[in-house]
Amino acid sequence: MKSWLFSLVMLVLGFIGAPLLPGIINKTKAFFAGRKGQPLLQTYRDLAKLLRKGAVYSSTTTWIFRSAPLIGLVCSFAAMVLLPMAGGSGLLSFAGDLILFSYFLGLMRFFTVVAALDTGSSFEGMGASREVLFSALTEPAMILGLATLLRATGSLSLSGTYVKMTVESWRVAGPAFALVLFALLIVYLTENSRIPIDDPDTHLELTMIHEVMVLDYSGPDLAFVFYSSSLKLWLTGSLVVNLLLSPLKTTPLLTVFAFLGGMALLAVIVGVLESAMARLSLLKVPQLLLGATTISLLAFTLVVRFLP
Amino acid sequence: MLLFLLALGFLFLGALVSLISWRHPAWARIFAPVTVILGSLLALPPVLSALLGKEIPLLELPWSLPFGSLTMRLDPLSALFALPILVVSALAALYGIGYFSPIPKRGNLSLYWFNFSTLVVSMLVVITARNGLLFLLAWELMSLSSFFLVLFEKDDAMVRRAGWTYLIATHIGTAFLLVFFLLLGARSGGTLDFGAFTGSALLPGTAGVAFLLAMVGFGTKAGFMPLHVWLPEAHPAAPSNVSALMSGVMIKTGIYGLVRSLTFLGTPAPWWGWVLLAVGAFSGVLGVLFALAQHDLKRLLAYHSVENIGIIALGLGLGVFGLSCHNPLLIYLGFAGGLFHVVNHALFKSLLFLGAGSVLHSTGTREIDILGGLLKRMPTTGTTFLIGSVAICGLPPLNGFASEFMIYLASLGSLSMKGGASTAGFLVIGSLALIGGLAVACFTKAFGVIFLGEPRSEEAEGAHETGKLMGFPLLVLAGFCAILGLTGPLVLKALAPVIAVVAGSGREALPFPYEGAAALWKITGASLAGALLLALLLFIRSRLMAGRNVTAAPTWDCGYIAPTAKMQYTASSFADPITRLFRPLLRTRKRFTPPSGLFPSSSSFSTETSDLSRDWLFEPMFGSIERFLSRFRRIQHGRLNLYILCILLTLVALLLWKLR
Repeated sequence: MKSWLFSLVMLVLGFIGAPLLPGIINKTKAFFAGRKGQPLLQTYRDLAKLLRKGAVYSSTTTWIFRSAPLIGLVCSFAAMVLLPMAGGSGLLSFAGDLILFSYFLGLMRFFTVVAALDTGSSFEGMGASREVLFSALTEPAMILGLATLLRATGSLSLSGTYVKMTVESWRVAGPAFALVLFALLIVYLTENSRIPIDDPDTHLELTMIHEVMVLDYSGPDLAFVFYSSSLKLWLTGSLVVNLLLSPLKTTPLLTVFAFLGGMALLAVIVGVLESAMARLSLLKVPQLLLGATTISLLAFTLVVRFLP
Repeated sequence: MLLFLLALGFLFLGALVSLISWRHPAWARIFAPVTVILGSLLALPPVLSALLGKEIPLLELPWSLPFGSLTMRLDPLSALFALPILVVSALAALYGIGYFSPIPKRGNLSLYWFNFSTLVVSMLVVITARNGLLFLLAWELMSLSSFFLVLFEKDDAMVRRAGWTYLIATHIGTAFLLVFFLLLGARSGGTLDFGAFTGSALLPGTAGVAFLLAMVGFGTKAGFMPLHVWLPEAHPAAPSNVSALMSGVMIKTGIYGLVRSLTFLGTPAPWWGWVLLAVGAFSGVLGVLFALAQHDLKRLLAYHSVENIGIIALGLGLGVFGLSCHNPLLIYLGFAGGLFHVVNHALFKSLLFLGAGSVLHSTGTREIDILGGLLKRMPTTGTTFLIGSVAICGLPPLNGFASEFMIYLASLGSLSMKGGASTAGFLVIGSLALIGGLAVACFTKAFGVIFLGEPRSEEAEGAHETGKLMGFPLLVLAGFCAILGLTGPLVLKALAPVIAVVAGSGREALPFPYEGAAALWKITGASLAGALLLALLLFIRSRLMAGRNVTAAPTWDCGYIAPTAKMQYTASSFADPITRLFRPLLRTRKRFTPPSGLFPSSSSFSTETSDLSRDWLFEPMFGSIERFLSRFRRIQHGRLNLYILCILLTLVALLLWKLR
């Protein structure tokens, strides 16, 4: 199969499959809580329902509030195009693409935060304030972690590093890769506002971070916001799963299944984590995030020291 | 070329005429800005042709002063710095016509425009001078004219204090430059012509000392931490279009001086690169942190200048590192990123300062915490301020991203190199990522609290859009931010002659980084596709919503009955989690009078974050200097005959020394 065709197929699979991930997480949590839980495909139903509705806009808001969900969606689309999946490269890949990848997520965050401030609600301001702190601390962890992978595989792009990664590179730089894996896992949990950083299921506005920023959205806009956050789950999850599965160089079909299985497994792990532990105190979260950055730094030190 | 000199003359004429119209500020209000605009337009063609790689000798005259000849030249490096000077000066002058209408009661407008034109002329001479003496004279003229511009509202004690801080800081810098040029002059046979510097081979030790002198001297003007103390004082005190000019382009003459001196000093040692990188990382991270803790809009922007100068230093540091280890990729991408960021910062920072000026003009306050809801009242200012904010955060698809991406590319390329280069690259990547994240926090705060939500005070409530004369420069600058964001690869190509000057023509020809250009093209493509997709999504949503029930309602308030605008999050509360985390560095002082009693009447809360290097470095330093010098106060007794005796004794001593 041509490589760009493979990337395109994976991209479409990502667009279709992303909303399944919240469903898997919720199903896992329901299982641990002894409930039946919502159907696996609930997110799709929610999206379809919201897209059919009208909307209520706060009279305080401006065009910023109305355009933010669309800008967010465009950013996550663009990041998806850059994302390498299942051992193949991204549809678009070039030297330094990981920077564009992470800055598109940054642009999305900029507009989510600004839109939250647009409502003039102090709850949303509070969520926005926490969001910018946490993301300012996760960004170095993510970029430095990925830069370590680049150094270890001797490549300049995100796609290149995952394509070049072999069992041999895991054997040589295993400890560093494991550290990066851990850092990326924390990035994954933070970017997607999951426990132990944020609790997506909380019902008190004061304690939410991401969810509170989108309180005022309704109708199709809310659908766009939900879909963007599913895509973000897919985007950051792929970074983690790729790191583990890229050395697996078998037939395309098998890698695709392994990749999809990995994504589902990651969602299950998140569900288990959320059932097993509580959210950290807000003041503790920065420590965890700085810890992740330190771990990325340590991984780089290992790579520089032991990989000539 | 004659055109450039003609433009200089024209600007100088404008300065003189505004000085003559001392008693009729209304004349100067229109006439002077028009000469600045026309002069800038006149100088544009020679600057553009020099940028494309043509070196243009402007003037070469013997003069009666010692140390060489009066030489001015326009080479690609000068042209790169001249371009933003011309563009920003013209736009700031145009903005000034509207900004000073009605004519302010405080401050003399004709003196103001005299200094404004002088500042523009002196900046242009600084970057074209090819003789140390001429350079220093123009440098001094630039410092003095900007000092008088800062003092525009000199009735205010705070403004006077800021002016003094600036005057002292800039002269400390100049003192280092004096030593720097004399050192170079002594090594190249007593002439201060730049041409002679380039040829002279310096010992590594001397070159290192000269580099450090240049770092301190030029770094004071550019605003490297911890030499930046004057920036957060002088920028808020100056009128807004002067802040735009000073922060946008004047501090860049410091960067110009540093880059130009690199061409004198031969092949740099690796530790020069480390110094630049350390200073860059330090200025970048601390600059943005201190910006976060501010609630005065122009002070916040001033600290962001420190941050961006840090980013520029990171790029230059990688380039110097590349020069020291002969790595063409690092040289090209490092210098390209740093120098492109110089231009970009000039554009978005002057846009933001002019926007801040419009806010100040319309509401009468720079205090972020009492503004709010201005986007509805000032749509042009608000939208362009948003564009400037996205650009300064380095987010795609605007110009800030393009230049930061080049620096990222250089550092990613250095990761796989041997020796210290990979650590340097990693340091740059980490700093840029942290700076980027914190800048997003800072500008979502500034834009969100000022322009969004509900107005928090009567001042904000009564805000109005400013006139077209003030709106037009904002639109032009915002347009440049967008265009340069999309033309990154072309800029990378166009910077080749500039980088050839920096890298020295004697060294091996630099290969063009095709991989980087390809990456930038793909980014441009992705950005354009993203814009199309956004348009498509907007269309789809409007079709979806057609005929549906779309209503307006108050913001969700948890069922609380009487929310007021005061309940909104303020800038201080927004930044609190971050300032709290970095408390040991920021040491924000809080003054809080809690409400008390059964019927609490008044309570107050205020925060102040004073500058780290001011408190820990400069005040102790100047304190001890003052204590030491106060011993000599006995000589200052006011008896004239004894003063004359002192002069006489000195002269006799000198004479004896000479006759010996």
